[in-house]
Amino acid sequence: MMLHRPDIPPSLEVERASVTPVNKRETRSLYKARVKIFPKRVHGFFRSLKWQIMAVTLAIYYLTPWIRWDRGAGAPDQAVLIDMPARRFYFFFIEIWPQEFYYIAGLLIMAGIGLFLLTSTVGRAWCGYACPQTVWVDLFLVIERWIEGDRAARIKLDSAPWTFDKLRKRASKHALWILTGVATGGAWIFYFADAPTLAARLAHFDAPPIAWITIAVLTATTYLFGGLMREQVCTYMCPWPRIQAAMLDEDSLVVTYNDWRGEPRGRHQKVQQETGQAGGDCVDCNQCVVVCPMGIDIRDGQQLECITCALCIDACNGVMDKVGKPRGLISYATLKDYNASTREAPVHTSLRSLIRPRTIIYVTLWSLVGLGMLFALLTRERLDVNVLHDRNPLAVRLADGTIRNGYTIKILNMKTIPRDFTLRTEGIDGALMTTAGSDAARASRLLVAVPRDDVRVLKVYVSASPQDLDAAETPLRFIVEERGGGESAIYDAMFARP
Amino acid sequence: MAQPEHDEMSGVETTGHEWDGIKELNNPLPRWWIWTFYITIAWALVYTILFPAWPLIDGATQGLLGYSSRANLAQSVQQAQQAQSGNLEKIRTLPLDEIRGDPALLEFANAGGRSAFAVNCVQCHGAGAAGAKGYPNLNDDEWLWGGTLDDIHHTLVHGVRHEADENTRNSQMPAFGRDGLLERAQIADTADYVLSLSGEDHDAAAAGRGATIFAEQCSVCHGANGGGDRAQGAPSLRDAIWLFGGDRATIVETITNARRGVMPAWGDKLDEATIKQLTVYVHSLGGGEASKPAPAASVEAPAAAMP
Repeated sequence: MMLHRPDIPPSLEVERASVTPVNKRETRSLYKARVKIFPKRVHGFFRSLKWQIMAVTLAIYYLTPWIRWDRGAGAPDQAVLIDMPARRFYFFFIEIWPQEFYYIAGLLIMAGIGLFLLTSTVGRAWCGYACPQTVWVDLFLVIERWIEGDRAARIKLDSAPWTFDKLRKRASKHALWILTGVATGGAWIFYFADAPTLAARLAHFDAPPIAWITIAVLTATTYLFGGLMREQVCTYMCPWPRIQAAMLDEDSLVVTYNDWRGEPRGRHQKVQQETGQAGGDCVDCNQCVVVCPMGIDIRDGQQLECITCALCIDACNGVMDKVGKPRGLISYATLKDYNASTREAPVHTSLRSLIRPRTIIYVTLWSLVGLGMLFALLTRERLDVNVLHDRNPLAVRLADGTIRNGYTIKILNMKTIPRDFTLRTEGIDGALMTTAGSDAARASRLLVAVPRDDVRVLKVYVSASPQDLDAAETPLRFIVEERGGGESAIYDAMFARP
Repeated sequence: MAQPEHDEMSGVETTGHEWDGIKELNNPLPRWWIWTFYITIAWALVYTILFPAWPLIDGATQGLLGYSSRANLAQSVQQAQQAQSGNLEKIRTLPLDEIRGDPALLEFANAGGRSAFAVNCVQCHGAGAAGAKGYPNLNDDEWLWGGTLDDIHHTLVHGVRHEADENTRNSQMPAFGRDGLLERAQIADTADYVLSLSGEDHDAAAAGRGATIFAEQCSVCHGANGGGDRAQGAPSLRDAIWLFGGDRATIVETITNARRGVMPAWGDKLDEATIKQLTVYVHSLGGGEASKPAPAASVEAPAAAMP
């Protein structure tokens, strides 16, 4: 352990703040108005990491709708598109129909297990780094800091009387926030329509009302959540922190104040040293408190509010560097290592803690679901047939004594090329078909042309001789086959007699 | 008034209400709640000024916006009628064959026909048009008066035995028993012959006697071989379909008293577009006949466009 440099008084080395954390159990009340939090700017490893993640996530969000993907003539060429009116979801080479929604369900299950995995290993990393709430609050804070200055300047401005300067700063800050909200909502709608077309229509004020409404709603929520509510969203509105508390265990990495090293904290280390008092490494500068966007004091231990953004680690490491003490007074550590350090010698948390039965089970489950979905996706049929038996009348006797049943048949051609299919039946000898609206004679096979990426609906009448039928109901199988070989689909229906 | 009681644990004033020792604390309401409450009050005041609200003796206040749900409905109905007017006009003017040949128009006509059928026709023919005893099943391919679009249209417009309409479908089967045209035994023999026509169980000797009577009395309308005659509305007696029933007792009753089913003429009740939609709908139920003779049977048939 390095000694602090006695030539410089600690008070000159470290910027100190005299603050009370906003969110402290003792000061929290159910009915109290929100106390504003003014997070201070911080530099360090985790702050850089967060800037990078922010850049990547924002880039994905804003740029994805503009990626083009050729699907042939007549099909949308947007790589990621949720086409609500046509009920199609496009994701690069994948096209999903509404009845294939289980792929989305599978993705959600994977996202769920992924979050479990992430939480059990690195704690609330989702909250701290990638959650849109965190990313957008960071973005809003950048704007706030740019206009109003850092923490001290912002506090001063907040308590200052309303002058022209304050009005100007506040107005421009909120204007920029709202513009950010508009950009956020504006990007969102491009996932639901052809982006260049919609952008042009927006520019000509010619976009459909739902686009404007969506932009307005998302602008409002972005401004409200990112600008005004901030940490309250995480603390009061979001269910995930409460679930995550159950996902954490003693091997999960959490942001930890190593009080075995820091306590007793003291502002006057030099004095303590000279008088021979036992002193911890914490210089009680409160830098960890002032940088916290959630308004907590990490030295109080694990708290619901902590989103593990790790900015207090950066702040504390900076201070430790200045006072010449080793980094890591606040660090990512597991509860197990923290307890061991408290009881015996300091233990350095290593990445080994990531591999344990629980995480292996999560990884296995996650991979199984993923592989299962991949397999299903690669082997899925792009042809389907649905048959709806007429209910009223169930069966009709014709003049020549044969029995006729009506069926509504839907043939789904999910490929991006038009295809011709043959429809035939199996199970009743001599069953013949006609279609409503056609004057063609009864036939044992029907030719059905289905346009690309479309559904063809046919009303088909099947007639059969009574001697070929069972007493009440006879199984009848409809078979759809692609002409010239290819895919086929079957549907097992029943044939009734009067 | 007594001093308000304060809860020991929290120091909060109580309301004085007590249930089995549990006292209600008079905690302040959350601010978001109270503000929401105030907003709803303000909203209600504004609403009652803008919209019809306060009941008076002869109605209610009209509201500044002049809103009326009745006027809204009238407007919606008018909009719907306007939206349909183009198709309805086409249906009114185009020949039936052309309506059926246009998939979009056919879909519109079928939908309109289905709803008109549900209002005017289901009382006798049933919701699925499957008919009942004495009321023809419109799904099958047996037609008393013909199953082409034009035949169905004529029946719909003029009805069956609708006295006020001189073009109505009218067949007059005599009541052979009631009017004393045939003896009881002769009727029984004729019934056996009729049963033999469609291959049902019958007494061959009686049927032999009945054949002579049939040739004399029945073949004029029902045809020499019992195949029926649509021009006269005489049903085929050779097929599997019986309007009133194909058992011996029912046939005897039919010959004795005759059958005189009626259907109203819809020409003076419904407009032409509705009747044409009904025609197309009934024709689409599975028994509709082509105006031209059907093409020769084939193994594979192209599937028609379907609404």
